[in-house]
Order: sequence, then structure tokens, then C-alpha cells
Amino acid sequence: MLVIVCPHCGPRNSDEFTYQGERKPRPEVSTTDAAEWRRYLYMKANQGGWATERWFHGSGCRRFLMLERHMSTNEIRSVSQVGETK
Amino acid sequence: MTTREKFSAWGLLRHGLSRSPWERMWDHHDLAPSYDVVIVGGGVHGLATAYYLARNHSITNVAVVEKSYIGSGGSGRNTAIVRSNYLTPEGSRFYDRSVELYEGLADDLNFNVMFEQRGHMTLAHSDSSLRTMRWRAEVNKLEGIDSSVISPEDVKQLAPFLDITDHPRYPILGALWHPPGGIIRHDAVVWGYARAAAALGVHIHQETEVTGIDIAGGKVTGVQTSRGAIATGTVVNCTAGWASLIAAMADVTLPITTRPLQAAVTEPVKQFLHPVIVSGSLHTYVSQTSRGELVFGASVDPFASYSTRGSLEFATGLATHVLELMPGLANMRLLRQWAGLCDMTPDFGPVIGPTTTPGFYVDVGWGTYGFKAGPVAGESVADMIANGRPGELIAPFGLDRFEAGTLTAEKGAAAVGH
Repeated sequence: MLVIVCPHCGPRNSDEFTYQGERKPRPEVSTTDAAEWRRYLYMKANQGGWATERWFHGSGCRRFLMLERHMSTNEIRSVSQVGETK
Repeated sequence: MTTREKFSAWGLLRHGLSRSPWERMWDHHDLAPSYDVVIVGGGVHGLATAYYLARNHSITNVAVVEKSYIGSGGSGRNTAIVRSNYLTPEGSRFYDRSVELYEGLADDLNFNVMFEQRGHMTLAHSDSSLRTMRWRAEVNKLEGIDSSVISPEDVKQLAPFLDITDHPRYPILGALWHPPGGIIRHDAVVWGYARAAAALGVHIHQETEVTGIDIAGGKVTGVQTSRGAIATGTVVNCTAGWASLIAAMADVTLPITTRPLQAAVTEPVKQFLHPVIVSGSLHTYVSQTSRGELVFGASVDPFASYSTRGSLEFATGLATHVLELMPGLANMRLLRQWAGLCDMTPDFGPVIGPTTTPGFYVDVGWGTYGFKAGPVAGESVADMIANGRPGELIAPFGLDRFEAGTLTAEKGAAAVGH
């Protein structure tokens, strides 16, 4: 079991969280077209190594978190709340 | 081209009595400076593609490049179940062709792949899953596939140790019964394709890792490997969980997330379980090999990863679910637990066809059911390369469907929930 150190709740087992996929820039909604929006929805880098990804602490503080996790070792090097990341 | 000794009962007897050695199943070759087609990934998809290119289309100047040993990825890590009772017409047509090829594979390859059509039974524990199964059965029947919904009494006949009373937490309300489904020796499929492809002149390069793909003028011109460079105009990506890494070398982005799928096997016991038993609600599937081990699988891990380490929560969760179904197994011991990497797509359908980089083809996105598609994928990809365009069976699964918004809908037919 992964242990994720939630900035609000402290160290918690990963089954309290929902994995929501890798972080990617969202196209501007007012100007985007269908093809660009679908690329944003469906295409993934999925390159392994260190990845920045969003998790939802559904069984805890119910906040959205940004994790930096290594895709081969599952080591987590940072956890922050979405909106407070660099 | 080298001719291989034909395997037969007579040959077995002769070798046994004379103690003469068997010839190698495939030879080691130096890298040739160029190939017509380079297939990345030496699993069942890559080797089947090479075999059908050589056999059906006489394209024999082909290399299969594998970074480890052949069958070391998903082809050697799946739970070896074959079936074609999918939910959509395009899905069931496709897998039906695969079952057909598997049925004739041992003769075709002159290699015993130990395909046992024991029947495939998906249990329904709720009204809604029974409804989905009726839907699946009707779609299957229209495609000419042997598939029907059966009653709990029929379930009891086929698998007497299952409890069909209303006592369990997940009572058995019926099942989708698919007699042509079954299990196969997955390593034998890999070796059989490798041996047959090698006999037709295909070069199999193991321990040869692709480190780059050369592109000039927007087109593929070659492949860089850990053993040197190869010139080629056609590259096929058959690397499943690693597909995104190879695609990035050709400037192609895929709609794929790599997720581990864990499985486990028990100590061998006397034969008691004939059909393959699947329970979507309990997230598990069980079959008994001809050696007597029980093979268990589950759904994919809850987050993306390239790690093939097993986890304790998988083993405990699996045991809980299996015992719910078959309490009598409580004293059995697990022998091994492992993980394979699945290339999951947003619509759970494969991605197969050309890409935006001419000369670079993909046969990926197979997720949790790549093994059972191996033969038909190989046949279809070979046909696409020889004819320059995707055939009818694979046309719905192109990479362009994601941008066009024409996704397939196979999620409901995956063996267990995602």
C-alpha cells in the first residue's frame, strides 16, 4: 500500500484516495475546438519516471492534491493541494 | 529459409530412444543492416505479426526486436483465458476470429499450444448484471457466437461446488455461458509463433532494446537499438505497457495509461474445476490449469505505474473475493503472485493502425485482454502492412477515433470491472 502524506490529514493509505491521472494543461474553454478538447481528454504522456498527477482524498479531507510520484518505484517526493503548487 | 524438424509423436519416440538432441527452435542472428519491417516487442502480438507477414504475404525480411526474452511481458503474465463473448458487434467479431485462429493454431504452427475449450462462465450476482449478460448474449448470437444466459441450476450442473442458494452475500442469479472459451498454454503460443516465424526466415533479436526511431522528411527511416542501427521504412509498435515510450520516439502520443494487473497461482490440486469462472461483482476470475494449479486474476491496480511488484492488499483482497465464491479453498496456499503491465485506453478498445508518422504503425492499447487477441491482431496487422491500409476487422480501432470522437464501448465486456 502506498502511504500518501496528505497536507491536511497526515500519512494515510492510498486506498482513501482516488487516482485522477497525470497533470496536463487544460485548453482555454472559450476558444478551444472539439479536436483539441478531445486530445486534452484522451491523450496521455505516460512516459514513466517522475510524474505529476492529481489525486482526490475522497475518504479524508475531500480535497484535490497534486503528487510527484515515480512511476517505476512509486516513491512520492511531494504532495501539495491543487492551486497551491508552483 | 531454414526447414525445421516436424514435431510428431513419432519424433518424440525417436528422440526418446536415440537420445539425439532436438534442434534449436529459432536461431540467433547478427543484426542485418536493414529489414523491410521491424517489429518492436517480442510477445504474442509481435511474433504473430511476423509470422503472418511471412506466411500470408511472403514478407520475410522481418526483424522482431525484444529488449528482454520473448514472452517476458504481458504474453507470459496473463491468465491465459481465451473467449469471444464481447459486448459490441465489432469487438465480438474480432475476438471470434481470434478464437477460430486459436482453435487451429496447434496444427498451423506444428506446436502443441494446449488449448482447452473448457467453457467460460460469467456469473451474475445482480439484476443489472443479468440484464447486461442478456444484451451480450444477443449481440453474440447475431454474430454467430455460441453464448447464452443460463440459470443457477445449469451453473450448478457445470460447476457443482458453487453455492447457488440465496445465502452468499453475492448470490448467483444466473450466468453468461460461452462454451468455446477456455484456457491455453501462453508460453507455448509465444514459442510456437517464434519457431514458425523463424522457419520462414524472420529474425528474432532478443536482449535488443530499441533506443530511438530515426525519422527523416517526416517518415520512419530506421531504428536505433542497443546492438546497433537498423534501416527500415516500417516499424510496428507491439509493446503493450511500454507502448507510450516507443511511440514518443516516433513523435506519436497515445491515449494510453500503463496500469499493473496482478494475478496469482495456487499449489496444484486434483482436478475439480472444469470451466473458467468469472465474477465481475467480486472482481475475480478463476481457472484450473491442466497441472492442477488454480490461476486467479483481478482488475487493474488503482493507479498508473510501470512497477511489476505485487502488493499485499491485492493478495488479501483476492483471497476474500475467491473465498466468497468458493469457501472450500480456505486452506489452499498461494504459490506465486505477479503483475503485468496493461496499456489501458479511455474506451477499453485497442489502438491499431497507422499513425501521424508515416511508416510507424501501432498495435497497442489492448489493456486487460491483449493475449486473447494475439492471433487476429497479428493477422490483421500483417494484412494492413502488406496492403497499406487497415482491413474491415480493425477499422473501428484506429488512433484517429479519439480526436474524431468515435470511441468504441467495450468497458462492459471486460471480464471484471475497471
